[in-house]
Amino acid sequence: MGKIEWAMWANEQALASGLILLTGGIVGVAAQFRGWQFAAYAIAAGAFVCLLEYPRSKRAKGTSVERTGQYCFTVCVKSFGPLTRNYYVRAFLHAAICVPGGFMLATVLGCVCLGIASLIYLAAAIRGEHWEPILPKKEVTRKPTDTIKNPPQNPPPRPPPETRRKRVDDLEGAAYDNPIPVGE
Amino acid sequence: MGNWIINNGLTSFILVVWMGINIFLFAWYYQIYDLPDEYFYTRHILGSALAWARAPAAVLNFNCMLILLPVCRNLLSLLRGSFVCCGRTMRKQLDKNLSFHKLVAYMIALMTAVHMIAHLLNVEWYNNSRRGDYDGLSTALSNLEDSAPNFTYLNPIRTTDIDAQQTPTYFVFTSIAGLTGVIITLALILIITSSMEVIRRSYFEVFWYTHHLFVIFFIGLVIHGAGFIVRKQETTKPPHNFALCKDRYEEWGQIPECPVPQFSGGPAKTWWWVIGPMILYICERVLRFIRYMQAVTYRKIVMHPSKVLELQLMKNGFKMEVGQYVFLNCPAISQLEWHPFTMTSAPEEDFFGVHIRSAGDWTDKLIDIMQQLPEGSQGPKMGVDGPFGTASEDVFDYEVSMLVGAGIGVTPFASILKSIWYKFKISNPKLRTRKIYFYWICRETHAFEWFADLLQVLEREMEERGMADFLTYKLYLTGWDQGHATHVWLHSDEATDVVTGLKQKTHYGRPAWDKEFEQVRNENPASVVGTFLCGPAVLAKVLSKKCAKYSDVDPRKTKFYFNKENF
Repeated sequence: MGKIEWAMWANEQALASGLILLTGGIVGVAAQFRGWQFAAYAIAAGAFVCLLEYPRSKRAKGTSVERTGQYCFTVCVKSFGPLTRNYYVRAFLHAAICVPGGFMLATVLGCVCLGIASLIYLAAAIRGEHWEPILPKKEVTRKPTDTIKNPPQNPPPRPPPETRRKRVDDLEGAAYDNPIPVGE
Repeated sequence: MGNWIINNGLTSFILVVWMGINIFLFAWYYQIYDLPDEYFYTRHILGSALAWARAPAAVLNFNCMLILLPVCRNLLSLLRGSFVCCGRTMRKQLDKNLSFHKLVAYMIALMTAVHMIAHLLNVEWYNNSRRGDYDGLSTALSNLEDSAPNFTYLNPIRTTDIDAQQTPTYFVFTSIAGLTGVIITLALILIITSSMEVIRRSYFEVFWYTHHLFVIFFIGLVIHGAGFIVRKQETTKPPHNFALCKDRYEEWGQIPECPVPQFSGGPAKTWWWVIGPMILYICERVLRFIRYMQAVTYRKIVMHPSKVLELQLMKNGFKMEVGQYVFLNCPAISQLEWHPFTMTSAPEEDFFGVHIRSAGDWTDKLIDIMQQLPEGSQGPKMGVDGPFGTASEDVFDYEVSMLVGAGIGVTPFASILKSIWYKFKISNPKLRTRKIYFYWICRETHAFEWFADLLQVLEREMEERGMADFLTYKLYLTGWDQGHATHVWLHSDEATDVVTGLKQKTHYGRPAWDKEFEQVRNENPASVVGTFLCGPAVLAKVLSKKCAKYSDVDPRKTKFYFNKENF
């Protein structure tokens, strides 16, 4: 199992946890459960986690598959610089976010799932992974003036006309070495 | 349209039946809890959340029963073998087993969500009722004593000592149903997140090992219903008529017509549903283990260029058909991993062979081990499970066949072409093919030089028999660049192709299908042409359109049939 980028699985798990936290929070608030304030927190926390985790990271090796429409999220997440790039930060952030979810039944599952995601992110961070934004490749604009080289000013060096004429009687003597090498 | 019905009709029918059963179960169990009198008092506290929790539970029972079946591949092979009478369309359904497994998994996930939300409401409302937040009847019901030996209470939340906000959590984690529910839901979530396509395609091991949490899932599922938590009213002597007595809860037990109502819960019933498939799955794993223990000998080990390993193996009692695949396991590399490979040998040969390309950890290690073996010695112990997959015997039924292999999809055609050639040589009456057009499309020929070798051998043999036009093949390199083109242009006068060494010249870019179909039609008037593809779905769409376009209604002219194969 050598080549796994744990962050990829952590990302899926964290996104799922965000959704579960969000759902649990909505149920808690809509049905006015005891401790609905924790549910309200869970809605905010779940939404935040979803927004943070939606843009996939660029893989260190291999092709990265974007989620639909993730470009704007990528730009937002990228703007936080090292806070979002570093997975240690993410691991501790998720661990901190999930704690209040444990105080109410509706959000307990989201709390545990996010805790697991936090552990997987910790594993990813220990292995040295970090978040890279997937950005569209910039067009390499080639200046046309660079590629069009000046045509040669001088004709190629040739031996005098007598030697150039085809001497069918003496083919051996007719051969000559080109002073400048021809080819790639 | 007709083509769609032939290719997809049975699948759609099966899906409709499955969905129908789901809907029926949901509706049936919903009304079992929402209408009858024995749940009247339960509904007084819980409302329709009771029915909303029990209905998805029934759908979950049904789907958890189904989910193990599509992954019993040996059982499916058995079914496939016994369906020889029932037509190929039926047998092809068995090839879509993984799609069905995923569909059932999505339904399980959806129903788990509904079930869980409904139970959140149930627990919360039971807690509130116990605390006296609701009307007098509700409080009276919740206060009913738990008197042995019959456990006559209604509200499963018995304590009021714990902080009111934490009581639901406490209740869930101290009851069998609650605890198992949380554990198996967690297992389900981990299984689902590690099964996402991104993870599956990149790190199969994470997917495969995490998937084994299903063992915990099923054990928890079977225990989940224990605890008698969902309770209904029992008939008492004298009977307790709720219509009469619901407003006189203060007098229960004191007046003759309203004795204290008695409640009881039902036993766990899930195991009725899942025990069968669980046993079948255990048999399946045992069978895989037995197969793994069977001796497999190496007939030949060949290292091809571009890190392609060919293994020719022999196993007692092994019988294959064209286009099938096997699972290989090499304990020296990994005890638990089984990897699928399409077989590239023909059934007429006395061995079965696979070509293994370097495509990841496992294959790389295997190639390493083989490269370090001394000449002529046996390879490492190998377990073989299979063969699996619906054989593509239809290929032999058409007078003219157009075979299109794209990229790695060319592998099953090695088996097919070899088999066609063997059948042709011995004039096997099953073979009705008189002409084959083979289109090989790939980005570059690296890792497929072995296939070019096969074509060379076939080319030579056909020339010797004067049958040079039995097989027409065209190779399309879609990944060419200027360097390629220059190289080819310099060597364009030679008789054999500079890239493959074959007599047929390599084409560059994608095939112009209109031209190809025109050519086939012109060369074979009044024939039935079968088109077979192993490649991307986009190409399948293109080809099926061309088949429709170039087919003639007139039976005296050429007709094209597109067969959607999923090797």
